[in-house]
Parts: sequence; C-alpha cells; structure tokens
Amino acid sequence: MQWEVVIGLEIHVQLSTKSKIFSGASTAYGAEPNTQACTVDLGLPGVLPVFNGEALNKSVMFGLAVGAQINERSVFDRKNYFYPDSPKAYQISQLYYPIVGEGYIDIDLEDGSQKRIGVTRAHMEEDAGKSLHENFHKQTGIDLNRAGTPLLEIVSEPDMRSAKEAVAYMRKIHSIVRYLGISDGNMQEGSFRCDANVSLRPIGQEEFGTRAELKNINSFRFVEKAINVEIERQMDILESGGSVTQETRLYDSQKNETRPMRSKEEANDYRYFPDPDLLPIVISAEEIEAIRKTLPELPDAKCARFMQQLGLSEKDAKALTVDRDMADYYEQVQQAIGDAKMAANWILGDVAAINNKNGLEFKDCPVNAEQLTGLLKRIKDNTISGKIAKEVFEAMFSGEGSGSEGDADTIIDKKGLKQITDTGAIETIIDRVIADNPGQVAEFQSGKDKLIGFFVGQVMKASKGKANPGQVNQLLQKKLRS
Amino acid sequence: MHNKTIAELSAGLEAGEFSSVELTQCYLERINSLDEQLNSFITVTAERALEQAKNADAQRAAGNAGILNGIPLAQKDIFCTKGVKTSCGSRMLDPFISPYDATTINKFNDSGAVMLGKTNMDEFAMGSSNETSWYGPVKNPWKQDAVPGGSSGGSAAAVAARLAPAATGTDTGGSIRQPASFCGITGLKPTYGRVSRYGMIAFASSLDQAGPMTRTAEDAALMLNVMAGMDPRDSTSVDEAVPDYTANLNDSMQGLKIGLPKEYFSQGLDDSVAKVIESALQEYEKMGAVIKEISLPTSNLAVPTYYIIAPSECSSNLSRMDGVRYGHRCEDPKDLNDLYIRSRGEGFGPEVKRRILVGTYALSEGFYDAYYVKAQKTRRLISNDFNQAFNDVDVIMGPAAPSTAFNIGELTDDPITMYLSDIYTIAVNLAGLPGMSIPAGFVNGMPVGLQLIGKHFAEAKLLNVAHQFQQQTDWHMKVPASFK
Repeated sequence: MQWEVVIGLEIHVQLSTKSKIFSGASTAYGAEPNTQACTVDLGLPGVLPVFNGEALNKSVMFGLAVGAQINERSVFDRKNYFYPDSPKAYQISQLYYPIVGEGYIDIDLEDGSQKRIGVTRAHMEEDAGKSLHENFHKQTGIDLNRAGTPLLEIVSEPDMRSAKEAVAYMRKIHSIVRYLGISDGNMQEGSFRCDANVSLRPIGQEEFGTRAELKNINSFRFVEKAINVEIERQMDILESGGSVTQETRLYDSQKNETRPMRSKEEANDYRYFPDPDLLPIVISAEEIEAIRKTLPELPDAKCARFMQQLGLSEKDAKALTVDRDMADYYEQVQQAIGDAKMAANWILGDVAAINNKNGLEFKDCPVNAEQLTGLLKRIKDNTISGKIAKEVFEAMFSGEGSGSEGDADTIIDKKGLKQITDTGAIETIIDRVIADNPGQVAEFQSGKDKLIGFFVGQVMKASKGKANPGQVNQLLQKKLRS
Repeated sequence: MHNKTIAELSAGLEAGEFSSVELTQCYLERINSLDEQLNSFITVTAERALEQAKNADAQRAAGNAGILNGIPLAQKDIFCTKGVKTSCGSRMLDPFISPYDATTINKFNDSGAVMLGKTNMDEFAMGSSNETSWYGPVKNPWKQDAVPGGSSGGSAAAVAARLAPAATGTDTGGSIRQPASFCGITGLKPTYGRVSRYGMIAFASSLDQAGPMTRTAEDAALMLNVMAGMDPRDSTSVDEAVPDYTANLNDSMQGLKIGLPKEYFSQGLDDSVAKVIESALQEYEKMGAVIKEISLPTSNLAVPTYYIIAPSECSSNLSRMDGVRYGHRCEDPKDLNDLYIRSRGEGFGPEVKRRILVGTYALSEGFYDAYYVKAQKTRRLISNDFNQAFNDVDVIMGPAAPSTAFNIGELTDDPITMYLSDIYTIAVNLAGLPGMSIPAGFVNGMPVGLQLIGKHFAEAKLLNVAHQFQQQTDWHMKVPASFK
C-alpha cells in the first residue's frame, strides 16, 4: 500500500524578556542552580503571579508576522500536573483563549515551489524547571532557574507531508522569530524546541491515522532524522497489519530510534481551568497597530527586495535572507562596496563555507562586515587578486587585525601581498619565464595556443600570486607573439 | 486596659497613660493564662511582640506614630510571616517557616502595629467551625462546648475573649462574618480586590479576601485604612482610591434604603435568630432608615455554585504542597509517587481531602463543562441579582448565619448541614461584594450577627451603617463571663 505522511509541529520558542513571565527573576541562562528563582518561582504558599507585558508584545509581533488574528482578549489557564520541576504543580498556559489565532507561513520545497503551512494558534506559557539526574546518588536535583521563563508555543496545522517539509517549516519559524528579535533561537540552550506529531494514512484517505508525538527535539538535523525513523517504524507496523498506538515518544539520537515515554492510559488529565490569580489579557486594536509599526522587514519581503533592487538571483536572495544576521551583514557590505553580486558571492561562498566548516552561526563569524568591506574594496581597486584575498580573509578569520575596515590593508602590507601592477616588474618576470622555457615557447609559437595557460601559471607562481593576472595575460601574449 | 477598643487604646498610648510594651505585656499575659481554655492561638510570638512594642514606643517618642502604632494585633495563621511558623492550620505546613511577609503583614508592620501571634483556623480555611484545624478545635468564649465558627475561629474567639484588641481574618465563603456572628464581634469582608492577597495562603483565589475582626465598626475602619489598597504583587487587587474609612462613620441613617431579601427569611432560619434580626431592623427604622423587601431569586444556587468553584480552585492551589520543597514530607519515600501520596495523605486532614477530591472531579475531562463552566454561569446570575437589587437599595441586610453557634462535634459527620451554615454569606463572595457581621443580640446567651451587604467598594457606607447601630446598641460591648 502507498502511505501518506502527515506531520504537525508544536514549537516552543523562549521569548527573550529580561525577567520571567510572572516574576521579576532574571531569565539569563547558565547561572548556578536555583539562584534565579524567587519566592514566586519556587511556588511558595501565598505567592501570586504578575504578568510581564513584554511577553505580550513579543507574542503579538509573532502573530502579526504570520498574518494571524490577534485575540484582543486572551486568558491564562492552569494546566495541572505533579512533577518535581513544576513548583506549583500546575503550568500557567493558554488553552481556551490563546493570544494568537490562525495564521500561516510559506515554505520553499526542494523542487523550487512553495507550500503554505497553516499556523493553528500560538499561546504564551511558562517553562518548567529542570530535573538533574547526574551527580545525585539515588536522588534527583531540581534547578528552578528556568521555571517561569516565558515561552510562545506555536502550533501548526497537520500540513506537512515529509520530514523535509517539517524541517523547512521549522527553519522558517526560526528565521521569523530571529528577525523579530523576540527570541535568541538558541537550540543548544533550549530556546527553540520542537514536538512533532507524526502519523500515516493510505494515500487518498481523508481521515488521519493514529499519531505518535515525538517530544523535545532540539536540532533541525534531529527533527528530520527523528521523523524519518518514526515514519519507518509506523510503516513497518501498518504494513504488517498492526496498528499504531497513540502515545508520546522520545527520540534517542545516539541509537537513532524513538521509544515510548508514556502511553495514553497513563496520560494526564490536566484539568485546565482559567487561572483565577490573573486577569484576562486585553489588548486594543490601536495597541496591536502600534506593535505592527515596530515590525522589522521580514525574510520574504527582504528576499523580494534583494531580487528587485539589487538584481540578485532568487537562489542567492533566499540564501542571504534566511538568517537575519547574514542578511544584515550582507546589506552592510553591499552598501559599502556598491557591488551586490560581489558581496553575495563572497558571503555565500567563502564566508559561509568557513563558518560551516567551523560550526559557527553567522552572528559568531570572527570576520565582521567592516573587515570584509575593507578586503573587497582592495579586490575592486586591483590592490590584490581574488586569490590573494582568500589568504587575507583566512588571516582575518584566524584573528589577525583589530576588527576594523583597515585590517585588509594592514595584513596586505605586513605580508607583502600587494598586487604587482607595474608593467616593468611584470615584464621582468615574463622575460625570465620565457628564457627558462624555450621548448614551450617554440611549441606556442608553432600554434599550440593552449600553452598560454602554462605561461600565466609560471608567471603567477614566480610572482607568488601577486602579479595582476589580466596584465600578465596581456603582456605574455604581446611578448610571445612578437 | 483589655476592654478598650483600638481607638481608645491609641488615645491612651498617645496620652502616655500606658506604653505599648505595657499594653503588649497585658495581652500576652491574658493569652498565657486564658487561651488554654480556647486554643485560639497556634503560635504566640511573645519575644517578637515585645521587641515590636519597644520599637513602637520609641517611634511614638520620636513623634511619628500613626493610629495603629503600638497596638497589639493577632494575625490569622494564613498570612505568611517572615521567620515565623505559618501553618494555615495544617499538619502539611506545620514545619513551614515563611521566608517572606504577606503584604498585609508588611502593612501592619509599617503602621507600627505589634503582632501577638498567629491564630488558629480551619485547615487551609476550609471549614465553618474551626474543627478541621490540625491544632485542635477552638472553643467559643461564650460557651465552651460550642464552636467559634470558621474558618477564622481563632481570630474571632481571641477578640471576643479580649486576648487581642483586634485580629485579621479571611473570608472565602463567610469565614470572617460567620465566626464574627458566632462570637459576637464585628467582622468585615471587603470587596474582592480591595485588600492584597499576596502572601495569604490561597484557598479559592477568586473568592478569598482578607479583612478586620474587631470589637467595633470604628476599629474595623482603622484596620481597613491600613489593609486596603492596590498591590502590584496581586494582579486581582484593584486600583481604586482608598478613602479614610473613619470619615463617614457619623453620617445619618435618615432615608437609608435597606433591602431585605425575602429568600433570607424563609426556611432554614432559626426563629429566635429571625427575631433578633427583626429587632435590629427596628433600630434602623427608628434612626430613619426605610426598609424594603427585595428578592435575590438565585439565592438557592449560591451553596452549590460555591461548592464547585471553591473546591476546583483549592484542588489546584493546594497541589504545590507536594512534600518536595517545603512542608510535611513522609519518612523514607520509596519513589516519587510514594513521596507525593504519603506526604499529601499524611499532611492533609479529611475535610481538605474531601474538597480536593470534589474539585479534582469537577475539573476533570468530561465534567468540566457540566460543573465548572456551569458554576461560572450561575455565579454570574447571582452577581446580576445583587446588581439588580442595588438599583433600589443602599444596603442589604439579613442574618449572618441561620443559627447561633452549634456544639463542637454536632455537625462533623454531616458536611452538608455544615456547608449550609454559610448559606447567607457565600453569595456575597461569589458576587465579590463587601459584607459585614455586627453583634445584634443574643439567643440563649449566644451571640447573633446581623449581616450588612454593600455595593462594590462601599465599605465606607457599611462601616457607617454599622457604626450608627453601635451608637444605639451595646451588643458589641458585651463580654463573655469568663473573660471579663
């Protein structure tokens, strides 16, 4: 039988507020356990939550960015369950009236076409603390620093039909929240995590199959692998006449398998009800419009502008606009050197390659936009060749220079990499190469034109790459044919 | 000294007739010698009280003493007090020493008031008789076989027995007014949102409200002047200006329109209690008030509505008492579930468990709409009834409780009848209105309270109406024989 894969994602985005969603404690990552948990976060008797309005602004920004209805009245509910890292034994979330209603985003498929994925809703909630199982003999440690950190949970429609589509959706959401500046999107620190609902159904069938929920996947790569391995597992069951159990499963990246966390029988009844400690969140149409005015240019709009205004290809424009840091970097360099294509080639080429090789995010690239601008200017004015420029770039990447536009000149000077454009100096080298290679000269002159490449190579080598290749070519032609 | 009101004591301190230290010692001695009979205090903070009294005297000597400076008060053990056991009447919190002060405690500290100790109460404020306390029942000072009412029974008994000039209480369904009625004192439950709930251990968050329990309406006004106000730590506290609640105490009753809900005088009300209420109403007529029968047609829905909403909220509020971070933890838990089950099983008493079970059931999937959502709708109807009635009247009056104090043990096996002892007070919490109980007479030597219900934020009006009654009557001056 032919099966169709159905995937929906729930993405948890940590909103980058300074203090927690219902208390004044700091949200900074990595502090000593329980040093950033105040009386409210500890769930002491008698304490009360007070809503941090910054989380509302950020959530509304997201809703507007995905074309969603913003609910002028939204309500916090309590989700009740016992767990040691849940200090109140309930999580404050929004079930019945979320802040963000239906919206959508468009993702790019591999064949170059686009697909619209529905966003069902997005709601604000607080994060739980962490249970620490290491270093505690037969005990569990509880760190409540993370308890009360604001999250936006973004729920998609079951619109995705492959792991690749799911990853494309996740990347797009990641790109949007980074553009909006509402989250640092840091996946290692858990600021951007994903649950995937996966099911299969016979092609042509309307009704959904039974789904499994894969919990807490925290990288793009693992999302793809986890979904694919889950699809295989379900397909094996269905092909052999079995049925899939509705359950929550955990992806083990080391074994590349999913295994059950808890089954439906053990599932909690969360007994949601409106939190009586908090008033409904009310936001007026005027306030929503005021937030709309603060929205930055989003990836799709920026991509279109790069194509229209700067004449970039769709492929380049898309690649440059996925990551806001890259797009900003690009725009800075492009404006400074006035060459959209050259800036694009460098940033998507050498800069991206070396970052990837070193596992760096664009924002952590050690060569900043000023430095790259200085370098590209020297290519444009023929001070150095493109090839020498790579050497200078690598020097910058490994830490040479002070982070300013003048770094390229300093490195070129120090290493003596300035291009030789003096005709006399080039002619001297050419004369020596001609004298050293009489056989090839004779062959060339007898009509073997292809040998010009050999002579150029010899001259460049003799000049240690510094001779201007255009001039070398021109002068060689003249001398060899004379 | 112990028979004086706050207003009189404050004047005495200011005139130098006695110091706060002397006053505090007087009350500490009374507690020491008399509370054995009543069990109204869970914790007496003698050392701390004398320290506070010393500071209050110094402050007065420096010339910056407010009205409550140096006045000893008792605090219900539901308010978190830094460095002091805050048990909420439960074994669960018996080991809990609060690391912070409730907003109400902060405000009294700032006013220079002295805390004598923490008063006994029904466990987590769940009860109408003070019999559910882990620390044992409180006795009624008028008759020691009788309950003092609940849940603020310790506060009511302490004030009635003159073990403290005044106390705080909290009222979720009548827990200030019903014990005030049973003990013959003045109790005020303010409008929901008038007094901060921060640091007051939650029973039912949408209903809980703290208020004063005093001898007189004037003292209640002085206490409320300190307690009232918006608190940035409590989102449900309301940003409404706080008037001087003593300013209008002497306004005339001439033309005051009093509404009598006919539903409050029908079945279930003890005849002799009804007679006391009727004679109190005659006092008002003599003062020029106009009495009018009104109807609150949804009155019969109040108790069932309350017993869905309050347990639902409490089932969630009490979940944090899990033995993990503070409070009672069972010995040698085998695993996490065992830790939860035994810690909570041992820590909570039967009434608390009953309400947690009811609330958990009402919120469960499949029952939520039929119970909780429906209860919210009837709550709205009850509220609408009052709004309608207040179009025609200034204040609503009736009994605070259907009977005088019942005997200890009389209703413990009959929770429904026990729940019905709050039948006249519960609707006021559901509607978020202010309500009072003031001493109105006696039946067989036991006090009867008259309930006054006002419009939202009409505390000043209620206090005025209560004060005028207390100018004409002396029921509030009566002292139980063994505590004179």
